[in-house]
Amino acid sequence: MAGILVLAEHRLGQIRDITYEMLTKGREIAEKINTEQIAVILGRNIKEKAKTLCEYAEKVFVVEDEKLENFNSDAYQKVLMKLLREEKPILTMIGHTSYGVELAPRLAVALNIPLATDCIDFFFEGENLTVIRQMYGGKLNVKATLKKGNGYMVTVRQAAFTAKKPSQPINGEIIEKESPLTEEITSKRFIEYILPEAGGVDITAAEKIVGIGRGIKDQANLPMVEEFANLLGAALACTRPVVDKGWLPTERQVGSSGKIVKPKLYIALGISGAFQHIVGMKNSNLIIAVNKDPNAPIFRYSDYGIVDDLLKVVPALKKRIIESKGQKLA
Amino acid sequence: MEAARGYQVDVTDPFSTKIFIRRKSAGIMGWDTLDVIVCVKHVPLTSDTELIIGADGRKIEKTGLVFDINEWDDYAVEEAVRIKEKWGGTVTVITVGDEESDKTLRKCLARGADRAIRLTDPKFEGSDGYVIAKILYSVIKNLHYDLILTGFQAGDDGYSMVGQILAEMLGIPHATLVKKIELGAGTARVNRELEGGLEEVVEVRLPALFAVQTGINVPRYVSIMSIRKALQKEIKVMNLAELGLKEEEVGEPGSWLKIEKLYVPQLEKQVKFLKGGPDEVAAQIIEILKSRGLL
Repeated sequence: MAGILVLAEHRLGQIRDITYEMLTKGREIAEKINTEQIAVILGRNIKEKAKTLCEYAEKVFVVEDEKLENFNSDAYQKVLMKLLREEKPILTMIGHTSYGVELAPRLAVALNIPLATDCIDFFFEGENLTVIRQMYGGKLNVKATLKKGNGYMVTVRQAAFTAKKPSQPINGEIIEKESPLTEEITSKRFIEYILPEAGGVDITAAEKIVGIGRGIKDQANLPMVEEFANLLGAALACTRPVVDKGWLPTERQVGSSGKIVKPKLYIALGISGAFQHIVGMKNSNLIIAVNKDPNAPIFRYSDYGIVDDLLKVVPALKKRIIESKGQKLA
Repeated sequence: MEAARGYQVDVTDPFSTKIFIRRKSAGIMGWDTLDVIVCVKHVPLTSDTELIIGADGRKIEKTGLVFDINEWDDYAVEEAVRIKEKWGGTVTVITVGDEESDKTLRKCLARGADRAIRLTDPKFEGSDGYVIAKILYSVIKNLHYDLILTGFQAGDDGYSMVGQILAEMLGIPHATLVKKIELGAGTARVNRELEGGLEEVVEVRLPALFAVQTGINVPRYVSIMSIRKALQKEIKVMNLAELGLKEEEVGEPGSWLKIEKLYVPQLEKQVKFLKGGPDEVAAQIIEILKSRGLL
C-alpha cells in the first residue's frame, strides 16, 4: 500500500476549494512518509480542469463518462471501488461536503477501509493513522486512532486546512482511465439543481452584521434585535436553527449551507458556534459574541466576549447607542 | 413498487403479527401502505452546559446532563409520521442505547410512531458509527420497510455515517442531507442540501434510506398527555445474543475508530471577556465600536 489519494470535488464546471485544501494537506503527509500523491477526478469533459491538480500530485487519474456529468454517489462508488482496489492507497481523502458525506461511508464499508469522518487534522504515527475531530457541537476535540484495514479513509472538514500551492509545482502526469460504468445507474438519478432564491437582502455586502442564534429563544424577541441592528446600521443575519424555525428567511443564513460573510463587524448574539456557522463568519474583521454559556465555541473565534443573556445585553446596547447618537447631534 | 417487495418473504418480525396487519390502501397509486423505520438516538444536550471530561480522558461525565432525542432525528420522526398520515402504514422507531433511551422512544411513540425497538447490551459501549450501523442492520434486515429515515448527524459525536453504512449493508439506495421527500410510484424524489444555498433534486428507487436535514418540516408539539398515553405501548428490547451478533463485532473491538482522548480545543483568537452588568458591558462595546470607527 502506498500513495495518498485525494478525490477532487467539482460542481457546475468548477473545482471546489476543498480539493486544494486536501491536496495541500496530502502533499505534506506524502512528503513526510515519503510517498506520492494521487489526485482522482471523475466527470465529463473534465480533463482540462485536471491540469491544475498536476501542480500538487504526481499522478492525476481522470475518468470521463457522460454518466459522471453530475455527482452521483452510486456511480462514483462503482468507479472508485475499482480504482482504489488497483491503486491501494495508504490514505484516501474525500471532502466532508454534501458530496463526500453521501459517498465516503458506503465506499469505506464496501472496500473494508476504516473511515473517520469530518476530520480537522490527521497524521501518521508509524503505520497508524491518528485523527482529530470534534464532538458536542465543537465544544470538545477528540484524538482518535483508526483500526488497521485496507488502508485508511478520512472525510476532511471544509476550511480545516488552508490551500497553498507547492513552492515547486509537482508537474504530475495525467493518466486517463476507462470508465467501468457499463450501464445506466438506476438506483439514484440526478434530476436538477435548484438555485437559491434571489432574496431582497444581500448580507454578504454588509459592512456590519448582527447575527442571531438559538439564544433568541422566541420569535417575539426578533423586533428587539432588528431595532438594534438598525440603530447600528447593520444587516441582520442568523444561524440555521433560526431559519429552520421559520423566523428569518434562508437568505439571512450565515454558514456552510448559507452565505459566507466577511464584514468589518460581526456581533454574534446567542450563537453557540457550531462549525457550520463559524465557517461562514470567522474571517470577519472584528467579532463580538454574547452568549450565556462561557464554554460556547463561538468565544474561541471572537475578539470580545460577553457571558450574559442577549435579552439583557441588547436593550442596554440599544440605550447606549441612542444616547451616543443624541450626544453627536447635540 | 412490487418488484422491490421481493424480500417480504421470510421476515421474522420481532413483534407479534397482530400489530402488523398489512393492507392494501386506497392510495392514489394503489400502493400497499408504507412501512417506515426511523433510527433515533438519545443524546445529551450540551449547548448551555459545561462538559466535564471523565477520569479516563475518553468520555464526558454524563451525570447532571439533560438528554433528549437527537435534533436531526426529531425531524426524521416527524417526517415519518407525516408520511404515515398521508399514505397509511406503520412507523417503527429503533435506537441503540440503555434504558434511559426509552425516554426518546416514548417521545417518538407520542408523536405518532407505532412501535419501538431498543437494542442494548453492555458490550455496545464504545461503539462508533460503523458498529451502530452493524447493530441496526442486525435487526432491520429482518423487518419489512419501504423507507428508512435517520437524522443526518448526531449532535454528540457528529459522524454523519450511520445511515449511509446501514444502506450499504442492506443493499438499498440512500440520500443524505434531505430537505424534501416526494413519494412516487416505486421511487422518491428528494431535495438534497448542497453548499451555499444550492439544492439538488435526485430520484431514488425504493426501498431507500434518507438521512434528513433539520428544517425538512416543523416537528409538532408533543403534549404530556400523549407521552403518558405512549407509556402503554410496548418497547421491544433486544440484546447482543438476540441480535445474533458476536462480542468482537461490537463496542470498541468492532469499531473503526478508537477514542484516545478528549480535550478542549485551542482558541483561534485571544478573546477578551468584558466584565460587568449589561449596562457596563454595553458601554464598553460602544467604546470599542467608536474607537474602530464602527459607530
